[in-house]
Amino acid sequence: MATVETNLTSSVHVEEHEHHEPQSFWRKYIFSEDHKTIAKQYLISGIFWAVIGISFSVIFRLQLGFPGIKLEFLRPILGHYLNESGNLDPDFYLALVTMHGTIMVFFVLTAGLSGTFSNFLIPLQVGARDMASGFLNMLSYWFFFLASVIMFASLFLESGPAAGGWVVYPPLSALPQAHKGSELGMTLWLVSMALFIVSQLLGGINYITTVINLRTRGMSFSKLPLTIWAFFLTAVLGLISFPVLLSAALLLIFDRSFGTSFYLSEIFINGEALPNVGGSPILFQHLFWFLGHPEVYIVMLPALGITSEIIAVNSRKPIFGYRAMIASMLGIAFLAFIVWAHHMFVTGMNPFLGSIFMFLTLIIAVPSAVKAFNYITTLWRGNLRFTPAMLFSIGLVSFFISGGVTGIILGNSALDIQLHDTYFVVAHFHLVMGASSAFGLLAGVYQWFPKMFGRMMNEKLGYIHFWFTFIGIYMVFFPMHYIGIAGFPRRYYAFTSYEFTKNVFSDLNSFVTIAAIITFSAQFLFLFNFIYSMFRGRRSPQNPWKANTLEWTAPINPGHGNWPGEIPAVYRWPYDYSKPGAKEDFIPQNVPYSQTPESNLPHENELIALEKEIEAQNFNDQFKQPH
Amino acid sequence: MVYIVGLLSLVFLVLTILVIARLSKVLRGVNGATPAVEDTGSRVDLFSNRINGAMFIVFLVTGIIGIVWSFLHAQQYFLPEASSPHGRRVDGLFWLSMAIVTAAFVITNALLFYFAWKYQYREGKRATYYPENHKLELIWTVIPAVVMALLVFTGWRAWRDIMSEAPADSMMYEIVGKQFNWIIHYPGADDNKLGAFNYKLIDNNNELGLDFSDAATFDDFTSTTELHIPVNKPILLKIRARDVLHSVFIPHMRVKMDAVPGMPTRFWFVADKTTDEMRNLLNNQDFTYEIACTEVCGRGHFSMRIRLIVEDEDSYNKWVSEQKPLLTTFPEYASRIPDNLKGKAAKYLPEAAPAENTTAATMVEGGGAAASASLH
Repeated sequence: MATVETNLTSSVHVEEHEHHEPQSFWRKYIFSEDHKTIAKQYLISGIFWAVIGISFSVIFRLQLGFPGIKLEFLRPILGHYLNESGNLDPDFYLALVTMHGTIMVFFVLTAGLSGTFSNFLIPLQVGARDMASGFLNMLSYWFFFLASVIMFASLFLESGPAAGGWVVYPPLSALPQAHKGSELGMTLWLVSMALFIVSQLLGGINYITTVINLRTRGMSFSKLPLTIWAFFLTAVLGLISFPVLLSAALLLIFDRSFGTSFYLSEIFINGEALPNVGGSPILFQHLFWFLGHPEVYIVMLPALGITSEIIAVNSRKPIFGYRAMIASMLGIAFLAFIVWAHHMFVTGMNPFLGSIFMFLTLIIAVPSAVKAFNYITTLWRGNLRFTPAMLFSIGLVSFFISGGVTGIILGNSALDIQLHDTYFVVAHFHLVMGASSAFGLLAGVYQWFPKMFGRMMNEKLGYIHFWFTFIGIYMVFFPMHYIGIAGFPRRYYAFTSYEFTKNVFSDLNSFVTIAAIITFSAQFLFLFNFIYSMFRGRRSPQNPWKANTLEWTAPINPGHGNWPGEIPAVYRWPYDYSKPGAKEDFIPQNVPYSQTPESNLPHENELIALEKEIEAQNFNDQFKQPH
Repeated sequence: MVYIVGLLSLVFLVLTILVIARLSKVLRGVNGATPAVEDTGSRVDLFSNRINGAMFIVFLVTGIIGIVWSFLHAQQYFLPEASSPHGRRVDGLFWLSMAIVTAAFVITNALLFYFAWKYQYREGKRATYYPENHKLELIWTVIPAVVMALLVFTGWRAWRDIMSEAPADSMMYEIVGKQFNWIIHYPGADDNKLGAFNYKLIDNNNELGLDFSDAATFDDFTSTTELHIPVNKPILLKIRARDVLHSVFIPHMRVKMDAVPGMPTRFWFVADKTTDEMRNLLNNQDFTYEIACTEVCGRGHFSMRIRLIVEDEDSYNKWVSEQKPLLTTFPEYASRIPDNLKGKAAKYLPEAAPAENTTAATMVEGGGAAASASLH
């Protein structure tokens, strides 16, 4: 038996040597299977989409803040999105709103956030050479890339991209004769989303497998950093819910192209009664929100995970209630699947179902509140370093609270009657999911930039970026609550048709638009800082934030396989900050208890006996070197 | 408001200048070679740290002032008190919930920013190793749960009542959404029953596809400009859509319900302030109740307006009696009436009704005298 093993080992070794030849440019940077490169590809694609997505919102905000504004100066970019007199065309207004939503939710905050940090941090923080399947991981990115190309192409169609709102409710999205945006633009939207879902599933399977199987010696689930817990649960959510969106999209494709009636019934349009009967538009909404609601947490959980880590590191304190944090994430992840119909209280769904979903929805407020309290308590009696990452994390907690509390109102079906589809909803979800997860993304970039590029970002620019963005976002979205309470419906091209909206809040709308422009402009500071620091930033020390997690034990610029020698073993949880008795105010996860007798708690001394056992395990790193 | 915008722009201008200054400094700094790895790379910049900490307090204080000021200023534009009893109940619940969440919002944000400032980095200080406290965690799990239960319970009771079956004596109207206007289908002056419809019968004159083989249709009339309803009577809106999703939104009544093609929906309510009463109350003689669309339905989504007129019963009845049934306006639809109902329909047809079907005459009873006269 032993001989067989040695033979196996040596034969593999031979192959390994072939692997070590320098890879071609294409294999190294473009069709790379290395999780770090793929993470950077996701990040840069995400940033690209974010610029497009946010600039769309600025354009339609111009129309909302200054109705009838002449956008002649944007004609080189917008072309036929403008009519002869230079106003934004109402059809393209809806197209911009739709694409803003689609891009931000899926391409920026799902792919850009999960794709970047799950890929980058999972292997580095659990102690793995790479993802379980580098090839699937590469496919995942390139499916996303293909989806991006198709979505991008749809922006240039004569009839414009999809324009029925990011939720693409049929029949509007199913009938090309109903709306310009339901023509070729909608077809491309569906194709792009189908590819995107494939990408998410490939990525998700990889994340889950890696976390379950490839943890290093001693890295039990109870020692996992909260980031990994969050990415893990996010991937599970995505894996369960994205296929449902795929089915919704497929049925919609059938209805559009093959004459089926899944979503269509008794329609008379353009002087013609369609033959379709028996379908239900509500079916689509159920399918869509069965993904759509977990999607909110797919966007939110990674940001919360990143924040947990950053707040603990920069408060120099253990995260308060580690187990409660995990439990609340599990609770959120579970409840995320059984609250979807709170988006549908007034769609004509059975009111009894509405009551059930109201109960379930408001339960989800409890774990969310626990998380917020735990963050605040983590700050309490800490020793806070305001790095840009820390600032953005604190900002995230603030947005999470401010946007979250209004969820209690909207989740109440009786109150939702009036507020549904008004600006109150817009304000709510932009704060709680849009801005907070965007802050999670930014915080993550500031925190792990040194690990990604071996250089530090400029902190001062980071501070300025933070304060502009933080104040700006509050100025954009806080007033929207007022507009919503006044009954303003969302997705309106102009508010001139109704007495109750005419001449009301026009100055507030201008104010919001100005704030949005300023906030958007401030992002270019980040962009500059990001690109500049990538090449000219100060070189990063080994462990710039004095953090405990494993990624900081890898070389400053980790190569293929992440650790040059053996992967370090893990002996303790990741939050031993400012432990009484310890020399330094942090003890990395790979430091055994036997080396820190001065700071061990009584039950930890008993764990010393297990260290030999942990040391001797070797499940995933047979060669004790990168291969 | 203009001043505030101006002031803010000024603040941002100053900040921008600062940024540019900072940028140029950074750029100057890099002209030399990139500094080598420093061991002090993780040293805390105390000055910046103090400023960032203080900024949180500044933000907290100015934020609270800004919120209070802007709320007081914005309040005048909020919708006035609801004109329906269920609306007032919902409003009460809304402001109760709002009060609770505002308290939570202020307290938690204040703690967050205060702690951030209070516990900022100090040289030589050690953070407190405080990984958990089960009692504390239990308390703040239970408190939101109890508050939530309270809100859910009150909300649920309101929801149940609002969504209950409409009273049997409700006035019924059908409101149908199409791109891009609403069509009201009135039950008519005589039978207070909505006639049947079939979407395949829709044409230019019969926009709702009313089915004239149903006797209840004969006195029905439609309108694309206004919905008249009597005050203080339960109103049942039967809602449907002709082409894509729409949503009926009557902001002053706190009414909203989607219009779904192929799946009729409903919402019942009582309007207890007439349009005139509202005009006097708001001191605005131009006031009118409006119905809007809140489910995106295409290019004209933002302008699917129709007026709602709430009047006392007398003027409502008078108005209804002045309306011409669809059958009267377009007597050619009489050809669709089955023979056994021709007599009932005769009343709504003009004197010189097309008499292509003589067998109808035998069925005619008292009311159809005019029709039979023309036959003999």
